[in-house]
Amino acid sequence: MSDVESVSIAEIKVSNDSGILASYGLGSCIAVAMYDPLKKVGGLAHIMLPESRGTDSEETPGKFADIAVSRLVEELVRLGARRNGLRCKIAGGSKMFDIPSDNQRAANSPHTHIGARNVERVRRELERLRIPLVGEDTGGNFGRSVKFDTSTGEVEVKSIYHGLASI
Amino acid sequence: MAWDGTSRKLSPKQMDALGEAGNIGAGNASIALSQMVGKKVRLSAPKASLLPLASVSGLAGGPEVNVAGVYMRIKGDCPGSILLLLEKEGALSLADGMITPGMSGADDMAVRRSALEETGSILSGAYLNSLGELTGLFFKPSVPGFAMDMAGAILEHVLVDVAEFEDHVLVVETDFKISGQLIRGHLVLFPDLGTLGAILERLGVPFE
Repeated sequence: MSDVESVSIAEIKVSNDSGILASYGLGSCIAVAMYDPLKKVGGLAHIMLPESRGTDSEETPGKFADIAVSRLVEELVRLGARRNGLRCKIAGGSKMFDIPSDNQRAANSPHTHIGARNVERVRRELERLRIPLVGEDTGGNFGRSVKFDTSTGEVEVKSIYHGLASI
Repeated sequence: MAWDGTSRKLSPKQMDALGEAGNIGAGNASIALSQMVGKKVRLSAPKASLLPLASVSGLAGGPEVNVAGVYMRIKGDCPGSILLLLEKEGALSLADGMITPGMSGADDMAVRRSALEETGSILSGAYLNSLGELTGLFFKPSVPGFAMDMAGAILEHVLVDVAEFEDHVLVVETDFKISGQLIRGHLVLFPDLGTLGAILERLGVPFE
């Protein structure tokens, strides 16, 4: 097992040498783990918000779902993944606090918290790009850590309240 | 509305002024906490820093550290957020110290939770009051939100409020310790960068 590389908020990392990618302490953010099981190329995006609306920045390539998912696809294809051979698993999108968010985009739809909107936006993006979603551990009101083995596609999800799970 | 990246151009003088404002706020907050728990409270010198989003989840010693977080959004002249983080064990003993023995349901997590929410409210209120007196600006904290979980998950929630348009966040951090007890806390002010100009102007260090 190789070293674990951390993928922090708004980052995207990819690997073609059986790397383990991890995102620690996910709350409303989503970890999008994508891989080509045949070519053994995989990558992880740590997405924070659903829509960029013109505020995208190169410094934070993984920040917005509407841009980060296709950016991750492009990086994987560049590393040798087959565009039509990609699979995806996602984790995160929880609601950590009961007080309503002050975020303007969240406030536009007061009945849906930002974590749920992140999940919804990532799903929509995957459908548009025709990438099958083969595993998911999302929602709830607790934090998660994710470890992604890019060579097997296995995603291990850990939380304080619900222990370990594999998706 | 979009911030043009000026966030990285805060001068050392401006950072010092923000740290000093934090010092006055934290001093007042520590007096309030000390009165509440009847013990001495020791503070570190507050530090202002500009962090890339990727490093925010490490603010409380690592994204997986189990903490109690009391979060308030700040409205008024200069919006922002304020977050109190306490290591889980310390948080529980702080709460138990505040609860009168024999109080109905004293072992109930809900009672501990409201004791900690109250702590967060009082600390943040004292901090923001002195910041308000210093700057002549109006800061109004929201009702507190509470979570006990991984620090990273709690900090992500704050980022959604303060860093929608930014790729950096400004944090003014203070560590405090209650003497005689193993209670360590971390109080973090996150001014929204888009309206920071007003605070800096009142502190005598405006943007050029």
